[in-house]
Amino acid sequence: MAKDHASGPEDYESLIEQVLEAYPAKAKKKRTKHLQVSQPDPEGDPDPATGIASKCDTTKSNIKSIPGVMTVRGCAYAGSKGVVWGPVKDMVHISHGPVGCGQYSWSQRRNYYIGKTGVDSFVTMQFTTDFQEKDIVFGGDKKLGKMIDELEELFPLSKGTTIQSECPIGLIGDDIEAVARQKNKEHNKTMVPVRCEGFRGVSQSLGHHIANDAVRDWVYEKGDGGAAKEYEPGEYDVNVIGDYNIGGDAWASRILLEEMGLNVVGNWSGDATLAEMERAPKAKLNLIHCYRSMNYICRYMEEKYGIGWMEYNFFGPTQIAASLRAIAEKFDDKIKENAEKVIAKYQPLVDAVNAKYGPRLEGKSVMLYVGGLRPRHVVTAYDDLGMKVVGTGYEFGHGDDYKRTGHYVKDGTLIYDDVTGYELEKFIEGIRPDLVGSGIKEKYPVQKMGIPFRQMHSWDYSGPYHGYDGYAIFARDMDLAINNPVWGMYDAPWKKPEAIAAE
Amino acid sequence: MSELRQIAFYGKGGIGKSTTSQNTLAALVELGQKILIVGCDPKADSTRLILNSKAQDTVLHLAAEMGSVEDLELEDVLKIGYKDIKCVESGGPEPGVGCAGRGVITSINFLEENGAYDDVDYVSYDVLGDVVCGGFAMPIRENKAQEIYIVMSGEMMALYAANNISKGILKYANSGGVRLGGLICNERQTDKELELAEAMAEKLGSKLIHFVPRDNIVQHAELRRQTVLQYAPDSQQADEYRELARKIHENSGKGVIPTPVTMDELEEMLMEFGIMQSEEEREAMIAKSDAEMAAS
Repeated sequence: MAKDHASGPEDYESLIEQVLEAYPAKAKKKRTKHLQVSQPDPEGDPDPATGIASKCDTTKSNIKSIPGVMTVRGCAYAGSKGVVWGPVKDMVHISHGPVGCGQYSWSQRRNYYIGKTGVDSFVTMQFTTDFQEKDIVFGGDKKLGKMIDELEELFPLSKGTTIQSECPIGLIGDDIEAVARQKNKEHNKTMVPVRCEGFRGVSQSLGHHIANDAVRDWVYEKGDGGAAKEYEPGEYDVNVIGDYNIGGDAWASRILLEEMGLNVVGNWSGDATLAEMERAPKAKLNLIHCYRSMNYICRYMEEKYGIGWMEYNFFGPTQIAASLRAIAEKFDDKIKENAEKVIAKYQPLVDAVNAKYGPRLEGKSVMLYVGGLRPRHVVTAYDDLGMKVVGTGYEFGHGDDYKRTGHYVKDGTLIYDDVTGYELEKFIEGIRPDLVGSGIKEKYPVQKMGIPFRQMHSWDYSGPYHGYDGYAIFARDMDLAINNPVWGMYDAPWKKPEAIAAE
Repeated sequence: MSELRQIAFYGKGGIGKSTTSQNTLAALVELGQKILIVGCDPKADSTRLILNSKAQDTVLHLAAEMGSVEDLELEDVLKIGYKDIKCVESGGPEPGVGCAGRGVITSINFLEENGAYDDVDYVSYDVLGDVVCGGFAMPIRENKAQEIYIVMSGEMMALYAANNISKGILKYANSGGVRLGGLICNERQTDKELELAEAMAEKLGSKLIHFVPRDNIVQHAELRRQTVLQYAPDSQQADEYRELARKIHENSGKGVIPTPVTMDELEEMLMEFGIMQSEEEREAMIAKSDAEMAAS
């Protein structure tokens, strides 16, 4: 099979070698296992949507970062408070411990929501027990209990409280579960203690798992059913799991599902309510977008309530259409017909977007480095625009993520797991792609290298990128970055090549 | 005024650290030394015999009441006891909550910063049973105590604890300059106790500073919240503590870097003394008694 990239795997392999040279022998040996070039997979069935079968699953992943390198990974607290629980809008999420963790993680993921902030919704507010030395020495359980009482008085419309443990809670052994049980009795509201101390695990990934387990234990196992008791399920009820509504993603997704006749009873945890979580076990199907952060609770619901789950992808028209059809397959002919109608309805929009931006973006190369699902999920959206992803990697992916990546990236793509600051910089220098999509920490160094950049965690304060509406915004944003006239003014006028200077 | 000398008493819980240290320090006063006792046990009972009552105002409790340790004045927590011995209790949380280790760190830093160590010849730290975390190693670390005295007895677990504490001292010996002053055997009347204590001291590369005989008068004094020195100054036991105090005083600068042993070596030593069976012997015994059981 012909290589899809001009440079080809051989070049990338030597690039990896070159970059690894900077490390001491032991670090080099360890990092080698995280870097590779995707290989053809002759035995693998081509993905039905993309037609791609490559092998990316040999990379080592989900292990401790090497001391001394710069990693952009987060911690278990970030995974629970920042990702899974934080966007549940009608609950108060306490950053339990010293003030910094809550302060610096305040509103960082742009999880949009509808509601009156401070009255019935609390996502953009920061709550912390603000530990002082005496709380460390004498324990913070009393302070936590008092805070929950005060919250009840200040925000009577909150539906409950979660306790997001910062590191010291695990070190001093506070019994936050006892406080949760006590306050649940007193206030008759859901209280969720989460043992997501930052030092646990190797990245934010364990925090997602712990947060999922907390949903299981404190909403389902210990809860009384809540909103589910009153709810009469319908035959088209589905839950959207793992859409955090960043820049409104969940809203752009939801309309498509509703247009095809499905009833989205819950969206976790973007713009979510506690009632949506409680009702979830009554739905017919769980649709999971971010597999990495929310597969655990889907597996639990499958085991306990017999609800099936399937992954889907709403980035770019190819994946959207494939996903709509795959979802419709799980329902009757009416839904299947509707799916086709939805796809047909948005085709003119897709054509217009491709007509406008395709010529401006055709052939441009992209390197990605993000978390969760995006290192693979957005790849086809770039393909739809005629662009090509030449390198991608996960901050905290596991083996199953890399396995799935083989359905998205062509062979010859550079794959980097938990990439270090040094490696990424050298890879970008070596490849010089037309665009890099990563986070705020990467943005300015990359732009200073003269390479266009988009933040792909926060959509660079834009979005939504999900759904057909999102695709139009996504295409525009990539065009804005790549074809910005500023790149033509990058060199100082007196350093311009003579031919241009003479003009 | 001579240079400040800082010592610490460690040892297995319940071995008599607080009793031994307070009696010894009370005797040390007779040698003209000005002393500050820093109790580093959350139970706050390290200065009870000197103050003739349990200290009520500990550093951490007062700090918590007032807001933070910065709001605290030294006079609030520094108490004067028997023969002008100054006493401070660090205090700490009730059992099972919070972090007592952090409390010790907070307290000691507070005392140093607020001049509690000015105008004394001796600072003595009395630390709870086991060095369970970094906080309780505070007196060993960072050039605090120069010599550690381990209170022990002929009991196996006391020897085991002495060995473990030596490991802690060894860890900080090079970075902080702490040394093992020696062992103090608090007699429990176990088999071959004196010999065992001397052998243990030798294993650790140290020496047995003093063998304190068991005497019920210590109990009598303790029940009256007094040291033997105060309760019965003319007794034989008071002289024992005077002897121990003199030896510690003269031991200045003579501490060593300990050479802790492995658990196996420790057990071997006990076997040599014939007070512990080897595994083979024990298995043979069990087999024999099983056989007898089966036969009967």
